[in-house]
Amino acid sequence: MGYCKPYGIKFISWTIVGGFAGTIGLDPHLLYTLSAVQILALLNRLDVLDIEMISEYVAGLQNEDGSFSGDMWGEIDTRFSYCAICCLSILHCLDKINVGKAVNYILSCKNLDGGFGATPGGESHAGQIFCCVGTLSITGSLHHVDRDLLGWWLCERQCPDGGLNGRPEKLADVCYSWWVLSSLIMIDRVHWIDKSKLTEYILNCQDSENGGISDRPDNAVDVFHTYFGVAGLSLMEYPGLKPIDPAYALPVDVVNRIFFSKF
Amino acid sequence: MHGQPRKPLRVKDAAAAAAKASNLRDLQSQLLHNHQHRLYTKEAIAASSKLLEINPEIFTVWNYRKLALQQNLKEATDSERIKSLVDDELRAVEIALRANPKSYGAWYHRKWVLSQGLAEVDFDREFRLLDQLLKVDSRNFHGWNYRRFVAKLKGLPEVEELKFTMDMINTNFSNYSAWHSRSGVLSRLLSKKAEGFAEREKILTEEYELVSQALFTDPSDQSGWFYHLWLLDQTITPNEVLLISSWPSHDSDCVLSINGNAAYCKSSEPIRSSYYFMSTGKLPVVLFFNQTVKGVNSSSVTVNSMFAKNEDLVWRPLLPTKSKEAACWVTYLQIPDLQLSDTKVYRVEVKLGHSKDILSSSGSEFNHPLHFRFTLTLNSDSLRDTRGESVDELFVWDDGGSSTLESNDLVSFDQLKLSEDHASAFSKWQLETISNEINLFKELSEENCIFVKLTLARLLIAQDAMLSHTIPPVRLIRLRDVLELYDDLVQLDPRHAGYYEDERSLVIMNQVTFDDKSLSSHLSHSNNYISSKLHPHVCLQLKSLSLTRIGYVERLLWVHTLDLSHNKLRSIAGIEALQLLSNLNLQNNQISSITALEPLKLLSYLRVLDISFNKIGAHSVDTTRYLFSSPLTHSINVKDKKCFEECLQANINVADNWEAIFLFSELHLKQLDVKGNAVADEKFRDLLKKVLPTLTWLDGERL
Ligand SMILES: [Zn+2]
Repeated sequence: MGYCKPYGIKFISWTIVGGFAGTIGLDPHLLYTLSAVQILALLNRLDVLDIEMISEYVAGLQNEDGSFSGDMWGEIDTRFSYCAICCLSILHCLDKINVGKAVNYILSCKNLDGGFGATPGGESHAGQIFCCVGTLSITGSLHHVDRDLLGWWLCERQCPDGGLNGRPEKLADVCYSWWVLSSLIMIDRVHWIDKSKLTEYILNCQDSENGGISDRPDNAVDVFHTYFGVAGLSLMEYPGLKPIDPAYALPVDVVNRIFFSKF
Repeated sequence: MHGQPRKPLRVKDAAAAAAKASNLRDLQSQLLHNHQHRLYTKEAIAASSKLLEINPEIFTVWNYRKLALQQNLKEATDSERIKSLVDDELRAVEIALRANPKSYGAWYHRKWVLSQGLAEVDFDREFRLLDQLLKVDSRNFHGWNYRRFVAKLKGLPEVEELKFTMDMINTNFSNYSAWHSRSGVLSRLLSKKAEGFAEREKILTEEYELVSQALFTDPSDQSGWFYHLWLLDQTITPNEVLLISSWPSHDSDCVLSINGNAAYCKSSEPIRSSYYFMSTGKLPVVLFFNQTVKGVNSSSVTVNSMFAKNEDLVWRPLLPTKSKEAACWVTYLQIPDLQLSDTKVYRVEVKLGHSKDILSSSGSEFNHPLHFRFTLTLNSDSLRDTRGESVDELFVWDDGGSSTLESNDLVSFDQLKLSEDHASAFSKWQLETISNEINLFKELSEENCIFVKLTLARLLIAQDAMLSHTIPPVRLIRLRDVLELYDDLVQLDPRHAGYYEDERSLVIMNQVTFDDKSLSSHLSHSNNYISSKLHPHVCLQLKSLSLTRIGYVERLLWVHTLDLSHNKLRSIAGIEALQLLSNLNLQNNQISSITALEPLKLLSYLRVLDISFNKIGAHSVDTTRYLFSSPLTHSINVKDKKCFEECLQANINVADNWEAIFLFSELHLKQLDVKGNAVADEKFRDLLKKVLPTLTWLDGERL
């Protein structure tokens, strides 16, 4: 549908209902809708979007209890709350949903260890914590978080090898460099881990011959872990990398442009 | 991709991978074709099953199957046919889970199918599936979530779930998922006072025994320690909401002198002859509770004074967010422009707890109505002659050479004389349990186990806090032991040094503010203005204490001049409680961003601020970005900010300077020191002059 000339990107996976799918022919989903909006924000081409239609699609997925379904089939998960709220915030359309209810749903997924799960009662998991803390950050609701309790749980994710895991008693994995670090930064507790050891761990996961970063040292690299590795290094102010925003997962200058360039 | 070894692709493997990819592509295009043309034949559905076997992660395939099921159900006439259609779906999920037991799409498909209520659910089959899965991976959170779903669908009582967690823990103590589930189920049963769970203290004691077994089986395993931390929290949470301090304090006398548009307030307590600088006649009344509460308003708190009608007073939580809950609350009494021809004394009375509005987040009520009084003396004589110029003079921070106060200069620091019939906020069981745990961990603390030492430190701090709330307060001087424990921990576990330093910092704050004696050694009397005619200030000197954060602010509500220079402060969170603060020295600390100064916005009397020689502007990552009110968090609307518009017109780059614009435009500073920060260049100084029109002194130079 949209066609961004300077970059040659064709957005034909945009479906008639207003959401984006992973690729042409698949069904739309909040996960891909957020990715599409983030990519366009990165390219400074949000103007190609029919913002009205997309925000209607996203807002239409909010349920009575404030939660969000990922698509029309109704799977509920705090990941989808984050997708919806991050997406609407970037598009300046948060007023289309009930933010108070959305925040309350996130809080209903808060656990006694200070973390957050996918649904009420779900075990705390670093990825899920990122989504919930991100949602609370974007909605200015971080005062609901016990930052010392959650910070302690998160900083205990650092394993003796310097890497971060996603849950207690699990192995370290480069992707948690993003989920854990960004959450620690949002609640101002990132100084509770050893950054130099984590930097070392991420660099050890780099394929020094062919490039790319893997989940653990000497494993096969992929785009996913390469992104999270680089993003993690950026969150630790590794020289030569652009700073990245911990809540919107976009470069800081892009986020500043979204919120301050209109005026 | 997880757990795949990095190795060069061999020719044989490459060929196999290509064949696999081509097969996957064929199946995918077949599915897309069927999906698009709504073909739901047996063959089409079988092809989708094949695709799911290889890749169960494509949402669209599951969506296709849901549509197919809906379509085929329309043509199904007998219950046998319906049952077989449902069975096909359940089997597809089972096959997919064999390929990937963590497939979101597969688990949700099963939930969706069962939720349709098409056929009777075979619960034995569901629990068998779960048993198999959790046997392979007892931490599979999809499995645990699905178990909660099935239990709810079946209407299984929660006691059964609690039993299940016990079975899982008995199989393997190191199962965080089981401990997590147990904490959730148990706290629901306790709060409902379900049958067999009415005796909270007995149940919790049993849990302490259970978790001790786990801790001593493998002290390096985190699962038990997090459960223990939760139990500890259950044990030390106060049963009641109490008011632990206020400003003004009970029976105190504030002397407020108005001169031009500046006013000074002197309080007889806790320090004699101290004067408070105030902008116009606005007197704060501050309440500090022992925990976070909501519902402080003009019906739950009554203020009788001649200055304002009680119902016109607005109480606000002192937190730099849009929170409706806080431990510390404030309201302001507007002292009208009185022609001060003579001295007048006014009585103010504050009554609390005559309604049930004040509630803690755990649901405890404020049960003990109490009231306190203070007098306000409006006085024109004593200060009139000497004060005229003071507003424009440079405030010079004392270098510590001036006299410290003798402790007999102080009256009492007991901020509130609570009525004697006040019950203790903690039960005998609470106190005993903590003391038992302390004995238990003391025996073990000789070994260098990080968790043992940390838990012991937490227990000692908890005990100290509990006993200091009893009446009369019992104070244990165990703080030195706690500091030693944290020193050990920094050595043993340098990864978490930052955490231990933050905890240590609170212990130091506790030590310093502990009682009159310790506090008075940190107070100094000095002339901070060049013109010595001015009344000396009492300054709280908390310099060079290695503080990384502040705490125990409820003991410092009366402070108006505070020197925190030469510490390692990264954060000043909590300082907003010090409503009288007018002079603040943060020179030589570790503050790394402007957003970290957000709490200052709540200090309406702040006039003198020194943030020189910090790290502002030296870091690319801002860790307080989301604790700051801004458009990023939808807590400020740029359109409401006039200064923002002005900065735009003055060609200031607002995208790079919004933090400074939002912060400083809310302050009313007369004197500011920013030198020695990476951010403080000439452009930044110009910006400050623009957004701070009240500023007279910048970096020691008169503007
Ligand atoms: Zn990973």
